[in-house]
Amino acid sequence: MNGTTYLIAVIGVMTAATFFTRVLPFALLRNMADHPLLLFLGRYTPPAIMTILVLYSLRGIDLTAAPFGAPELTASLITVTLHLWLRNTLLSIFSGTAFYMFVVQTGVFI
Amino acid sequence: MFGYVPLGMAFGILFQDLGYPWYFATLMGLFVFAGAAQFMAIGLLTAQAGLLEVAVSTLALNSRHIFFGLSVLGRYRARGLKKAYLIFGLTDETYSLITSTEPRGQQNEQDYYLIITALNQTYWLVGCTLGAVTGSLADLNTAGMDFALTALFLVLLIEQWKKIRELFPFAIAMFSGMFGIVLFREQMLLIAIATAIVVLILQWRMSGTRA
Repeated sequence: MNGTTYLIAVIGVMTAATFFTRVLPFALLRNMADHPLLLFLGRYTPPAIMTILVLYSLRGIDLTAAPFGAPELTASLITVTLHLWLRNTLLSIFSGTAFYMFVVQTGVFI
Repeated sequence: MFGYVPLGMAFGILFQDLGYPWYFATLMGLFVFAGAAQFMAIGLLTAQAGLLEVAVSTLALNSRHIFFGLSVLGRYRARGLKKAYLIFGLTDETYSLITSTEPRGQQNEQDYYLIITALNQTYWLVGCTLGAVTGSLADLNTAGMDFALTALFLVLLIEQWKKIRELFPFAIAMFSGMFGIVLFREQMLLIAIATAIVVLILQWRMSGTRA
């Protein structure tokens, strides 16, 4: 497979897999929407999955070696603090990312 | 909602670093339309991951959408193509917007959902394209830009907290996530999500009627 064919195949697979996860409840679970377990999962699974996604995106941190995840943790703290304070999604994401890029590119923590 | 533009740009810039033509970033935004999965795709493409791995990773990462869908089953009553597009476009951002805002005045709520979804995808496409074009014209230092994904998840997490304000789903997920990281690291996503859901179901069974 050359580069472009591979990329198109990846896009195709991802399109199918993404749509599958979105259509599944509508295709299979339509008649069970009022089931108490599904209502319970519908309410509590999104916060659980968001928590896991945060951990997932931070999984590469090595807490046993310098800088002990300090850039990631500080940037996260900036994002969280700003968001709790001003609740401006764009500002929170931009500030945390800009800080992290600055730290990584200048190496001030490393 | 506007958050999709800079986030899409971050994706576009990182994407064109791989050496593909800019319009493939637009195509991904058009067909895949999944922010987190597209960021993950950059890592997979870099590693030249097999298609099976691409499929499993995407399914795992997007499995949360199953539960988004579940909780809007009652809301999405449009039919045909309209409904197909609503389902196709049920991203994190769309989900959080339609579950936290209401249509104004006399506006039909199904049309309101459609407009939100279409606007979200438009902003996302603009962002992906702008980022990829900018990135291919200028030589940018993109190191660390992938933190945008972490920041997005943190913001979505806080929004969930503001909505739910109960500790246990977050606590369950912390334990499941740490468990997954310690045991599986790179493949932690699937096992952590599965563990958390099993524990949530047990919690539901033990608490009896709460829902």
